[in-house]
Amino acid sequence: MTHLIAVYRQQLKTAIAEQLQYRAALVIWLIEVALGPAVSISVWSTVARNEGGEVNGYNPSGFAAYFIATMLVNYATQTWVFWEFSRRVREGEFSPLLLRPVHPIHADIAQHLAYKMLMLPVIGLVTLLLWLAFHAGFTPSPASLATFLPALLLAFALRFTLEWTLALLAFWLTQVNVINQLYVVVVLFLSGQLLPLSFLPAPLQTVTAWLPFQWMVAFPAQLLSTGLSAQAVLTGFLAQLLWLLLGLGLLTLTWRRGLKRYTAVGG
Amino acid sequence: MTAVATVNVTHLRKVYRVYEREAGLGAALRALFQRQMQEIVGVDDLTFAIEAGEIIGFLGPNGAGKTTTLKMLAGLLYPSAGEVRVLGYVPWRRERAFLRQIALVMGQRQQLIWDIPVIDSFELNRAIYRIPPAQYRHMLDELADLLDLAPLLHKPVRNLSLGERMKCEIAGSLLHRPQVLFLDEPTIGLDIVMQRRIRDFIREYNQRTGATVLLTSHYMADVEALCRRVILIHHGTMLFDGDLTRLVERFSPYKTIIVRLEEPADLRPYGEVLSQSEDHVSLRVPKSAIARVTARLLTDLPVLDLSVEDPPIETVIEQIFTQEEVV
Repeated sequence: MTHLIAVYRQQLKTAIAEQLQYRAALVIWLIEVALGPAVSISVWSTVARNEGGEVNGYNPSGFAAYFIATMLVNYATQTWVFWEFSRRVREGEFSPLLLRPVHPIHADIAQHLAYKMLMLPVIGLVTLLLWLAFHAGFTPSPASLATFLPALLLAFALRFTLEWTLALLAFWLTQVNVINQLYVVVVLFLSGQLLPLSFLPAPLQTVTAWLPFQWMVAFPAQLLSTGLSAQAVLTGFLAQLLWLLLGLGLLTLTWRRGLKRYTAVGG
Repeated sequence: MTAVATVNVTHLRKVYRVYEREAGLGAALRALFQRQMQEIVGVDDLTFAIEAGEIIGFLGPNGAGKTTTLKMLAGLLYPSAGEVRVLGYVPWRRERAFLRQIALVMGQRQQLIWDIPVIDSFELNRAIYRIPPAQYRHMLDELADLLDLAPLLHKPVRNLSLGERMKCEIAGSLLHRPQVLFLDEPTIGLDIVMQRRIRDFIREYNQRTGATVLLTSHYMADVEALCRRVILIHHGTMLFDGDLTRLVERFSPYKTIIVRLEEPADLRPYGEVLSQSEDHVSLRVPKSAIARVTARLLTDLPVLDLSVEDPPIETVIEQIFTQEEVV
C-alpha cells in the first residue's frame, strides 16, 4: 500500500509536469467547458420564460444551478482513456507498461487525477462566471450537500471503471472510434448532461434508471443543485455501488482476456 | 551441473495466426465473409540454458525469431508450446517479483515520457521499482558517469537525438539493477562512436553487477565485442549454440593462408586467390587441405612469412544464412 502511494505521488508529479507543457490547451478547454452549460442555460431559460417562468419545476436560476452542477460533476468524473487505448495497442506502447511491476490502470488513474487537479482553478473560474451571469439558485439541504462528495467519488470510480473496460475493446477491435463516439452520445443523453432526466418520456426514464449513466453524472449533480429526498439518495448510492461492483467484475474479466489476446499476438 | 540456470528454455515454440488475402477490392470483399488463415511458425523447438552472468548474442536475419524469443523470455508473449523459466519464474505470468528483476530494452519502444525531462521519467521508475533512495542515487551517478548522461537529464525527451534517447532508455531500464537484461538491437541506428559506447557500457554493467545479458544485434561488432557464446537462429530454429570461435570452425569449410614471398609468383595452383598485392597473397583453402598446401608452399616457393587465419565471422554467418536460404 505504501508502495502504491509512492507510485501515485510520483505519477501525479509526472503527469502534472506533462500537462503543464500544454498551456494553450488549458485555455481552449476553458472555452469548451464553459460553452456547453452556457448554451444549455440560455436555451432552457428562454423556454422557461416563454412557458410562464417554469418548465417541469425548473425556473431559469434552477436550470443554471442544474447545468453548472452537471458541468462540475462531468469534469470530475469524465475520462478520455478509451480514445488512447487503440493507439497503445496498435503501436506497442502497451508493452513497456506491462513490464512494470505495477498494474497499468494506476498510471491512468493518476494521470486523470493530475489533470483534474490542474483544471481545478479553470473549472472554479468558469463556475463563478456562470453562477454570476445566470444567477444560479442552488437549493440543496445540508444533508444532501453532505452526501454530494461521497456520491461524486463513487461516480468517478464507477465511470472510470466502465470507461476503462470500454477502452479494453481495443484489444479486439482495430477501429474503436465509432464505438467510442456512440458511447459519448449515449452518455451525453442518458447521464443528464443534455437535459434533466425528468424531461425524458416516462418509459425512457425507467430505462435510464437501470443503466449506469445517470449515476455517473445526474445523481451527484442533483444532490448539489436541488438536493434529493432521503429515499432517492439511498437508491442512488445503492445503484452506484451495484454498478461499481458489476463494473469491477467486468473490468477484471475483460482485462484478463484482453491481455491474453495481446500476449498471444505480440505487442 | 547442479546449479539452476538463470534462463532455461525447453522446446519453445510460437505459432502466429495470420489472416491473409489477395490484393484488390474483390479479395477484400471476399475476406469479409471468408478469411484465409495461415499459421506462421515464429519460433520452433528452441532449447537452451543460460548461466548467471553470461552475455549471449542472439543472431539471425530479420524474421528469424529473435525478438519473438526475447519477448517470450521477458513475459510479453506467451508461447504456443514449450517451457521457459527465467530466474525460476514463468515469464508470461509477469509476477511482480519477476518484473522487478528484469529489463527489456527495445530500440523503438519508449518508456521515457516524451514531453518531460528525462530525470522525471527516472524518478517515476524509482517509485515503480521501489528503488531505495541511496541505491537510486548511486545507480544514477554510475549510469550518468558511464553513459555521459549529465547534460541530458534535465532536457525533455523530445529534444534528444536518437543516440541520446537510446542511452537514456538503457539507463532508465537499469536503475532497478535488473539481474537479467534483454536487449533488442541496442545499437540500431547509432553511429560508430555511440555503438562502441553502448557496447562498453553493457560489458561494464555485466562485470560490475554480474547480470545476465541476452542481446540481439545486426552488428557483428556488437556480438564479437561482447559475447563469447552465441545462439544462431534462422526460420525460428536453432542452427548453433556455442562459442563464437567454434562457430567459425564448424561452419566455415575454408581457412585463409596469407603468404609473403621474396618475389611474386603465381599461386593459383595452390588455392583460390582472394587478393594479391606486391608481396602478399591471400589464399582460400579448404580446411582439410591446409596442412598439405602449407607444406607445399613452403617447399616450392621462397616464403618469407606465412600465416593461417579464420575468415571473418561476419562472412561466415552471411554464408550460413544464404546457404540455409538455398536449402
